Amino acid sequence: MTTTWVALASGPVQLTPARSQMGFTLAFHILLVPLGVALPTLMLIANYKGLRHGDAAALSLARRWSHAAGLTFAVGAVTGTVLSFEFGLLWPGFTKTFGDVFGLPFAIEGIAFFLEALLVAIYIYGWRRMKPWTHFWFGFPIPFVAIIGALSIISVNSWMNAPAGFTLDLNGKPTKVNPFNVIFNKALPWELSHFLIAAYMAATFTVASVYVVGWLRGRRDRYHKLGILIPFTIGAILAPIQVTVGDQIARWVYQNQPAKFAAMEVVTKSGTHQPEYLFGRYDPATNTVSGGIKIPGLDSWLAGGSTNTNVTGLASIPPQNRASNVTLTHFAFDIMVLIGTLLVLLALYYAVAYWRRRDVPHGRIFLWVAAAAGVVSYIAIEAGWITTEVGRQPWIVWNIARTSGAVTTAHSVTVTMIVIYVLYAFLGVATIAVLRAMATRWRLKPVIDDDTAPYGPRPDAVGAVESEVDADDGSGAETGAGARSGRRTP
Amino acid sequence: MTAADLVAGVIVIGMTLYAWSGIADFGAGFWDLIAGGKAHGLRARALIDEVITPVWEANHVWLIYILVVTWTAFGGAFGSIMTALFVPLALAAVGIVFRGANFALRKDAARSGARQWSGWLFGIGAIMTPFFLGTSVGAILSGRVPPNGVGNPVNAWVNAVSITVGLLTVALGAFVSAAYLVVECARRGVPELREYFRIRALIAGIAALLCGVAVAIALRVQERSMFNRLTSRSIPLIVLGVLALGAAFVMSGRGVARGLRVVAAVGVAALVWAWAIAQYPYLLPFRLTIADGAGSSTSMKWLLGWFIVALVTVIPMLIVLYTLDQRGHLGEDPMTSVRDVGADASAGRRT
Ligand code: HDD
Ligand code: HEM
Ligand code: HEM
Repeated sequence: MTTTWVALASGPVQLTPARSQMGFTLAFHILLVPLGVALPTLMLIANYKGLRHGDAAALSLARRWSHAAGLTFAVGAVTGTVLSFEFGLLWPGFTKTFGDVFGLPFAIEGIAFFLEALLVAIYIYGWRRMKPWTHFWFGFPIPFVAIIGALSIISVNSWMNAPAGFTLDLNGKPTKVNPFNVIFNKALPWELSHFLIAAYMAATFTVASVYVVGWLRGRRDRYHKLGILIPFTIGAILAPIQVTVGDQIARWVYQNQPAKFAAMEVVTKSGTHQPEYLFGRYDPATNTVSGGIKIPGLDSWLAGGSTNTNVTGLASIPPQNRASNVTLTHFAFDIMVLIGTLLVLLALYYAVAYWRRRDVPHGRIFLWVAAAAGVVSYIAIEAGWITTEVGRQPWIVWNIARTSGAVTTAHSVTVTMIVIYVLYAFLGVATIAVLRAMATRWRLKPVIDDDTAPYGPRPDAVGAVESEVDADDGSGAETGAGARSGRRTP
Repeated sequence: MTAADLVAGVIVIGMTLYAWSGIADFGAGFWDLIAGGKAHGLRARALIDEVITPVWEANHVWLIYILVVTWTAFGGAFGSIMTALFVPLALAAVGIVFRGANFALRKDAARSGARQWSGWLFGIGAIMTPFFLGTSVGAILSGRVPPNGVGNPVNAWVNAVSITVGLLTVALGAFVSAAYLVVECARRGVPELREYFRIRALIAGIAALLCGVAVAIALRVQERSMFNRLTSRSIPLIVLGVLALGAAFVMSGRGVARGLRVVAAVGVAALVWAWAIAQYPYLLPFRLTIADGAGSSTSMKWLLGWFIVALVTVIPMLIVLYTLDQRGHLGEDPMTSVRDVGADASAGRRT
């Protein structure tokens, strides 16, 4: 560890704070992304169920989920903008050399987010007065647009891992750019499928866990039942698929990024019959692993299907090309795999229990674990990204451009890093506080009853606004608000 | 016209749209900040909130679009700008976090104290972001961003031209938003607020005029060649901009709502394009041209292609949103929103 940080410090002084700021802001942004990608699907399922079967509980869920999605979408827009600035502020060397290559997918992203923002606005504000099915169909494209947005961004990251679609000229500048090959690089199918599944798992388990907590506290009505069953079933179906996809990616990394694979699995010396270490610390000075559980031969077997598989070890990789923090990469990978495995067990239990009783499973232990599943999937997402990104070091573009060559030469990175940490701490706390306030507000009235049923009559909007603003004479404002927000009867 | 020129044009279109909408939002944030104490500023704040909340996210996407297209088309210049202007651009981004946090959270904040706080953030962001974005434009326009190397991190933006352009941006944003708000008051039938914003539009208009004169003097003294370009080939646009803004000033002074928004928008657009044309064909005056700074020609065509896709997908959707809104099909869902928290709650009601 010490030597890795010495190695880091020997790069430009801006490198460490810049990486730390980039990693932190990405890790924050990624918390909002699963909700932006997957929550729309959940709300549409609930909306459909509500409309088809006249189910008030399902409709109430859909309305609330869409409201929460609006909030997370907005915070995602803020943190996403910061990321866009950071590409230039922190990594001008990256945009200078490769901007016209990795920017290609981003050109699509802008459109996808724009469309998503517009459709989400129509959907969220359309509950009261649009015709039910019209409203539903306006929401319908949102999950697909979100997938296009995710595709374009993940494409950038997978291109950083598997650069393609250009050739370098003598000055080291890319030429002969081919947008199709850039976007559909070799790593994209794996990264995208793994990430989308991860996003759906995190969002569904998180939403379910909110209602599981309610269930544990004795709120066992149809509203809570649906709030658990709809999302949890999706998550449970995806969990085993995710492990299979993850296994494929690990093999892809083994074949294409041997240095990263060596770091993920702490392979010290090249050879066959590599042991698998569960956790354990790597010492770069002696190239050894201490602690952890050692399972002989398993790593070779996982990589190539037989213990005779040869795996490259860290000793065979020039020191300047090794991952900067092997222990972190390895721990992150193991945490992700551990969580993936546990979630499969949880899903299996749920499947059996549901198949037998057609209800939320009874066991208290199950409920406690299910309540934690959301947070735990998020931890897996963060761990997965740490594996990918830290394991990619020291390259910003795999085997082509070094992170240290891309970092800014501006002087104030440490300052912006601190400012951003403080701001985001505030933003994070505020977001959670607001989401909690929403939940508390809604708990007072779990199912939205008839007199506020959606799709009610449409008052004359302009007239409504005028009378609202008129009613808004300072002192009366506190009481006027309820009426002003669209409902006339209390 | 090469493909690179067209892409540069697309970036200026993005800047124009951002100046119309985004900078105007910030201007409204400025009025929010100085609207006075809690009870006193309640009505003005409620109107500002109600007008901006549904659209700020869409207004804001233009900025992201500008960033993305610039680094894809002109990665070198983008890297140089971001390096030389690290400080002002980082501060602009901080202002954006302030403003975005306000919009995302204020509506649902449970306690009114928290909402008060978030209004403050909005206001501070509303001064920071346009000021520092304007400062950066001033630095680029006065040739202080070298195509290679760092430049002087302080002198690049702490100089008369940069600072006056920053102030002009704040003042213009305040003026334009006050003019827009006069129109909104007319549309929503709230005469007292109309008077309130009418006076503010006049004050901000005078401030903007003074800032504009200051920019001209600073350019004349410090950046003679850019000044000459602005007063020769860009002069029609400068004249158009000044006339249109002058007309908007007179119209808001008389409280005329009809056509006010369009006239103000024309004025702002003319100024943005006057800058762009004065600078042409340079990306970084007078050292890096569009042709020299452009990335691969495939990427240029790609960007233009997606710009067309954006036109045919986003614009119809914007029209749908606008039409649904005008017909009253959209409104805050009362069962999921805060209902008992004072005027701010009405903010997001209409999209
Ligand atoms: C719910 C989340 C989740 C779960 C349960 C798993 N993963 Fe994962 N994993 C991710 C979420 C994730 C991620 C955050 O989405 C990553 C980061 C980059 C990416 O594309 O997906 C990722 C990356 C990632 C990588 C790195 C790819 C690269 O560096 O290019 C590997 C090798 C795996 N995963 C393998 C697995 C295995 C073998 C799992 C199960 C046993 C597993 N993942 C479960
Ligand atoms: C999908 C698009 C993404 C892109 C284009 C991207 C790009 C980058 C860039 C440019 C850096 C700085 C250079 C470097 O240290 O390699 C970086 C670092 C980093 N990124 Fe990513 N990233 C993406 C996704 C993510 C996500 C979603 C996360 C986390 C949740 C993440 C986590 C990190 C971390 C932790 C670092 C710091 C690496 C270190 O310190 O070793 N990245 N990424
Ligand atoms: C794994 C990587 C990422 C994914 C899947 C992702 C996805 C998303 C999604 C779904 C949103 C919409 C807001 C929300 O629903 O929360 C969003 C917002 C945004 N993201 Fe990310 N993002 C990722 C990383 C990045 C990176 C690396 C950048 C840097 C350029 C970025 C830039 C943006 C921007 C600019 C927005 C705001 C768009 C708007 O205003 O609507 N994202 N992102």
